[in-house]
Amino acid sequence: MAVDERLDVAIIGSGPAGLAAAARAARRGMRHLLLEKTDHLSDTVYRYQKGKHVMATPAQLLLRADVGFEPGAREAVLDRWNRDAAEVGIAIRLEAEVTSISGSRGAFVLGLAGGETILAAHVVLAIGTQGNPNLLRARGVGEPGMPIVQYTLDDPGEYVDSHIIVVGSGDAGIENALGLAADPVQGNHVTILNRSADFARAKDANVKALFAARDAGRLTVLTETSPNRLEPGHMVVDTRDGEARLRCDRVIARLGSAPPRAFVEQAGVAFASAAREAFPTLSPTYETSVPGLYIIGALAGYPLIKHCLNQGHDVIEFIAGNTELKPADEPILEQRLGGLSPARSVAEWIALFRREVSIFRHVSPLQMRELLLDARVRQFAPGETVFVKNDVGASLFAIAEGEVEVEIAAGPPRRTAIIETGSIVGEVGLISGRRRGATVRAHGPATLVELPRNAALRLIGTVPQARAEVDRITTTRLLLQIFQSGLSAEDLAPILASAEQQTVRAGERIIAEGDTDDSLVVIRRGSCVVEKELGGRQVFLNYLPAGSYFGEMAVIDGSRRTATVRAAIRSELLRLEGREFRALFETRPELRARMLADMAARRSLTAFIEQEKHRFGSAIDLYSETAAFLMENGIGEATDMLLIDERLCVGCDNCEKACADSHDGLSRLDREAGRTFAYLHVPTSCRHCEHPHCMTDCPPNAIQRGADGEVSINESCIGCGNCVRYCPYGVIRMDAPPPPKPGLLSWMLLGRGPGPGEPPKAWVKAERKARGEAEPAKKAVKCDMCAGKAGGPACVRACPTGAALRVSPEAFLALARGGA
Amino acid sequence: MNAPIPAGAMRAPAEGRRTARHEGFLGHRRFFWAWVALLATAAAVLLYALDDPWPRPNGGTALGYALGTAGALLILWLSLLGLRKRRYTDGQWSLKAWVSAHVWLGLALGVIATLHTGFQFGWNVHTLAYGLMLLVILSGLLGVWLYARLPRRLSANRAETSERAMAATLAENDRALKEAARLLDDRSAALVEAAIRGPAVGPTLEQRLSGRVRRCATAAARARLDATDPALETVAALLGARAALLAQMRRHVQLKSTLQLWLLVHVPATVGLLAALLAHVVSVFFYW
Repeated sequence: MAVDERLDVAIIGSGPAGLAAAARAARRGMRHLLLEKTDHLSDTVYRYQKGKHVMATPAQLLLRADVGFEPGAREAVLDRWNRDAAEVGIAIRLEAEVTSISGSRGAFVLGLAGGETILAAHVVLAIGTQGNPNLLRARGVGEPGMPIVQYTLDDPGEYVDSHIIVVGSGDAGIENALGLAADPVQGNHVTILNRSADFARAKDANVKALFAARDAGRLTVLTETSPNRLEPGHMVVDTRDGEARLRCDRVIARLGSAPPRAFVEQAGVAFASAAREAFPTLSPTYETSVPGLYIIGALAGYPLIKHCLNQGHDVIEFIAGNTELKPADEPILEQRLGGLSPARSVAEWIALFRREVSIFRHVSPLQMRELLLDARVRQFAPGETVFVKNDVGASLFAIAEGEVEVEIAAGPPRRTAIIETGSIVGEVGLISGRRRGATVRAHGPATLVELPRNAALRLIGTVPQARAEVDRITTTRLLLQIFQSGLSAEDLAPILASAEQQTVRAGERIIAEGDTDDSLVVIRRGSCVVEKELGGRQVFLNYLPAGSYFGEMAVIDGSRRTATVRAAIRSELLRLEGREFRALFETRPELRARMLADMAARRSLTAFIEQEKHRFGSAIDLYSETAAFLMENGIGEATDMLLIDERLCVGCDNCEKACADSHDGLSRLDREAGRTFAYLHVPTSCRHCEHPHCMTDCPPNAIQRGADGEVSINESCIGCGNCVRYCPYGVIRMDAPPPPKPGLLSWMLLGRGPGPGEPPKAWVKAERKARGEAEPAKKAVKCDMCAGKAGGPACVRACPTGAALRVSPEAFLALARGGA
Repeated sequence: MNAPIPAGAMRAPAEGRRTARHEGFLGHRRFFWAWVALLATAAAVLLYALDDPWPRPNGGTALGYALGTAGALLILWLSLLGLRKRRYTDGQWSLKAWVSAHVWLGLALGVIATLHTGFQFGWNVHTLAYGLMLLVILSGLLGVWLYARLPRRLSANRAETSERAMAATLAENDRALKEAARLLDDRSAALVEAAIRGPAVGPTLEQRLSGRVRRCATAAARARLDATDPALETVAALLGARAALLAQMRRHVQLKSTLQLWLLVHVPATVGLLAALLAHVVSVFFYW
């Protein structure tokens, strides 16, 4: 082959990235060739659903490619690209599949499927990741007779009268689900499963459309649900409350995709890590570890079309030797970082963040730029407050320079702890609705990167190492808090290195009585119950909330498990090696003493029950059954629950009246409704769940957890009713406050007004008419545990007989000696 | 680096806000008010026994005035419960504690006021006040007894439904009954119609307290319809369900009315007592 046949640049893949690169190369007059495996341009977009609306995010990013792009229908976008490609004069070769890449800068040899070779000085790889979807992991996938599992959906109109389950909470999954459910005439029963509680990875507009479709009854959205196995005609899923069986003819799994690694590695390109989702290591000019070989687009970690188009433009500029070119987002970032001191360039700041901050270490410079578009970089003077305890705040702070101090006790004596450069603070903001748990101040001058909650969730959702790092930090802090005993993070490092994370379903057994394993288990989220077999029956021993640990007996003396522990609700656990703990006992005898004390208390309770079983047999049975009843009624995820002892309740409804009169005339509890067992009644009233379901999708983020642990709705409620639908206990109502009533004495002495309690609807209507007022908009109303009221919850204070009590599950379910 | 707040540490820290212990109003704070009442009573009896007034014990001696003042102040305070239980203000108060003190101190009042009389009775406003006070105390005792016995029955009868749910079930049953009665002969249809129109619970207090309804149309319809007629099978079943539901509702109303019955004596007698007490105090000072 003659030298002049060598191309300046060969571009593989004609998606938005490759197309933009080819267009730039054509404009610059470079000898180029765009190679496309299929018989049309941009296969990924081509295979979008018919009529799909293609979005153009991030909105603030400027577009500077030579092919145009505006948000619109799939067909319009493809037409525009075909037209622009022809106009600019791109050299395209369709149905040309590249099977091998060898060589380096100046002398690449591309092998095509037909055996032909192409020579090029530079190669731009823009093949995306769609060819390598993440597979559905569930028993029964691909077996005969099972529901069909597919990873793409071309035309949702093809399917009728089917039970279709879409798995995946990203944009693709949501769009597929919406497409299948769009036309009621098709008669599809569409369900979308989301493993987590929110749709953090999807575009806002898609999430809104999904919820609108659900509210219109066109499809079902199941959150905190994941596939377990397929059965003929069905899918069995794990939900928060255990297994459920759904009708299912077809599964559409949209679980994202991973780079086609084998092919890329064969060309000599190094990846960031061994993880399946890892991206190739790239320089700021998109060059791989192979000089002259460039990777852009989804394969580089950028699935958004606008990014792809800009990268296509930029990579050709770099190849052409334009080293002065700044990325398209440079002006925005310059403005963001310009006011900081000392003055550094954007690239220098990015290098600093990636070097110093552990959660950014595995983020590519390009991803870092994108992250900074959402983030705020803030500098604090020594002693300046970063945030205050109990503030509402949902952002994560990464410490890039300096240190911060956390106030553990306001004092006196005031106690603080230092958090070093590179760590994070405010990670509690990642748990929805939590307020700041402590006041944080700068300790010396400090530079902090503040990531809003959604940006932080996206980071840990897309960079596995960042997730692992956040996990490591939060877990270390949890363990230090649980065990105290003067431990340091260094002490815990070996324990954490061998720790195993585990998610268990409601009711699943975690350790079994009589077993000989010796791990120590920490409950990170959820709660567990401890049971013991006595006389052939499982007797309830104890309730363990999140933040407690169990299994210490086997760790300390190697004895068999003395009790069985089950998850009360879906829970996240951390299993720690007993061996590592015993090693730590050598250097930290305080830890051993502390665990021995905990163990002695638990063991004596067990012994006591075993010993007294014959005396209190029926009482212990009743206690076990009562505990089981309360578990069924949500005490496992409650933090504070209203119970009524019906042996004392005279039915006066003073609790409801007090509730209404303490909160603008609307009662937040329904005393009579609800379940009862052994005279213990669980009225319809908020349990203040540890992970509140009501917060799942509150558009104005009006639901917050307060200083006393109460979950309450603030005045920014827009009355959409989402929380009412999400609450599994039916404790939220939509209503408008009634007009004010005449005072108590004028009711008692003169008979004016409806008297104490929530006024009857008829009175409210008549009163509004008399006042000439329209009915105000309905808003969500729920128990706020009488936050801010001295004396605490009015329902309990107003109970004349002591029937109403508010309990925390751990206090209520702790079996008191002799008082079973 | 022992800092922010892992998941478990964020649980409600609200021990201070959860002050209500699981004990009834009588045993509130380990019978604190029972002890206070017992001590007050014992002190009054002891003073009365040690006192040797001339010519005889009387409301007008020094001890008599002291006991009378204590009794009058107690009566005023005890009657304030009616206000307290309806004023849902903020603050560290508990209605259970008030009720506990109300019951025990009310019993102590019986002894204190009796000693105040010096056991002199007659047909006058003074003895009227004393009599009304005894009526209030005795009706209160009845209330305590009812409060101890009836709540379990109320709970067992309600069996996880609510008043609203019972009414809704009845309405649902009646809709089905009307539907089924359209195919019946005139006489049977009229019986069903009358059953539906009949009152669910007794219209008079006496009927509510007895848990029965005089000439219950549902019972009448069940008795008069021919149960062996296969055409009436659905209607008979629905009427049976209606009768069972009515029995539950009537029992519910019976128990709730009984729980309030004593108040019909207790509260008006208290109002009368306050008036008689005023007359007693004014007249005593007027004729001094």
